[in-house]
Amino acid sequence: MEAQRKSYGRALVDLGRARGDVVVLDADLSSSTRTVEFKGAFPGRFFNCGIAEQNMMGTAAGLAVGGMTVFASTFAVFATGRAYDQVRQSIAYPDLNVKIVASHAGITVGGDGASHQTMEDIALMNALPNMTVVVPADGPETYKAVLAVAERHGPAYVRMGRGDVPVVTSKEERFEIERAHVLREGADVALVGTGQMVAACLLAAEALKARGVSAKVIDLHTIKPLDVEALEKAARECGAVVTAEEHNIVSGVGTLVAAALAERYPVPMERVAMQDVFGQSGESDELMQEYGLTDREVLAAAIKAMERKK
Amino acid sequence: MNSPDQISVSELEAKALALRRHVIRMIYAAGSGHPGGSLSCADVIAALFFKVMDHSPERMGSQDRDHFILSKGHAAPVYYAALAECGYFPTEELLTLRKLHSRLQGHPSRVKTPGVEMSTGSLGQGLSVANGLALALRLLGLDRKVYCLCGDGEMAEGQVWEAAMFAAHYHLDNVIAIVDRNGLQIDGRTEEVMSLEPLGDKWRAFGWHVLFMDGNDMWQVLDTLAEAKGHKGSPTVIIARTVKGKGVSFMENNVGFHGKAPNAKEYEQAMRELGGEV
Repeated sequence: MEAQRKSYGRALVDLGRARGDVVVLDADLSSSTRTVEFKGAFPGRFFNCGIAEQNMMGTAAGLAVGGMTVFASTFAVFATGRAYDQVRQSIAYPDLNVKIVASHAGITVGGDGASHQTMEDIALMNALPNMTVVVPADGPETYKAVLAVAERHGPAYVRMGRGDVPVVTSKEERFEIERAHVLREGADVALVGTGQMVAACLLAAEALKARGVSAKVIDLHTIKPLDVEALEKAARECGAVVTAEEHNIVSGVGTLVAAALAERYPVPMERVAMQDVFGQSGESDELMQEYGLTDREVLAAAIKAMERKK
Repeated sequence: MNSPDQISVSELEAKALALRRHVIRMIYAAGSGHPGGSLSCADVIAALFFKVMDHSPERMGSQDRDHFILSKGHAAPVYYAALAECGYFPTEELLTLRKLHSRLQGHPSRVKTPGVEMSTGSLGQGLSVANGLALALRLLGLDRKVYCLCGDGEMAEGQVWEAAMFAAHYHLDNVIAIVDRNGLQIDGRTEEVMSLEPLGDKWRAFGWHVLFMDGNDMWQVLDTLAEAKGHKGSPTVIIARTVKGKGVSFMENNVGFHGKAPNAKEYEQAMRELGGEV
């Protein structure tokens, strides 16, 4: 178990050492987002913007106009919601090198409650032209995703959770933004997970194996550009698909996968996601159970999808 | 014409008049646009682009030059006119404003128009961008200025004051903001829609060096910009009192021409008043 933001802090320091053009901004949450690591290592290239996310996004854009590669961090709900117009107008439209890396996304924020639990950030960022959207599954993948978006031209959104998540990928595995990561091959059903729901998919795949079902597991770490080829291949191989995300079912990852498969190779599909409701306070694991975001629901969805096969 | 160092006040005034003629031609050809706010700031734009700023099309790829952000993006016509006159693209292209496939969008676009440094149009965002650019110049060790032209109506946007706080906190004395204080916005007088005064006190309270000028008087514009350039230790804002629609009698102080193109008759009269051919 490991918090993704710790990997983010490490990745920023390594990037800062390798590249003089990397500048980091935060909005009074540097100890939570772990940009504080970069601040400690490169104080001259770190700027705290105070609790003013809109100005932070505009400032990030200006630094990028000046040739810098900028990382701007705060909680996901503020990065994508509070500052949406600034991200749209000042970052996405002018296609600037601003990497928005946000922590505390989704329901697992826990005790802070619905005000801080964004379930719509993927939808918002995905709808913006020029934007790359990456949702790493764990710490090692977060580290690689941060380096990858730094190398890639243009705006990017990287989504991280708050708490510790199981490690499901390894340092050694190759990470490519354009390619979904197949964690397990299978022939009966494809489980497509995003973020920490990848771990739930792996647990569900084990449970399915015990029932004699062979499940493929895909870590769909990049939502945009979507690896449609990998999704089509999974649909052809397995004939049934389940998506799992810690995000609203409306305009979420499942919606995108469904749209892609409807055009390419429609198969029975089930979606595990937040059911278009706001969350509440509670422990992370309690909330994941309360809102049906565990391996149990992935398992049930897999059985349902397989039953619908002709 | 003389080089920027030698250009005289009367030559700059002639330049400002030429920009105003471009604005009227462009907006008439487009059939839509914002004449009032382009005409009010034409003198400031002329001073910046033809004298004060060190810039040229050949150096767009370099940061080692002065920079300009048009926060009041709806004044795009006068900005485009200045860029064309400075050689960033042909002046003939000005008449493609707002047309399909034109490089001249209704509001400035960094990705479409040569010379445009930042896409703007959603108000209140330009100063934050100017601040970021000023920080980048500082990190690069370049002693260069970022000029940011704001509207007065957009002072109601909260982000302007977030940016004001930020610039003062980081002592961004390479930022020079200019507020085009023409006193009018779409729904009427600024003081009726959302009171701004005492505007200078507000900026001063946020830690800025505050200057005032008559933004339609070229002598004052040049003197004030020179004073702003020399100020150290804090960012400078110049509150430029201007006349909306300046130079065209029936557009002056007429809120109806904030965002409306002239008709054929109005166009002819406007061009006559600006000393141009119809």
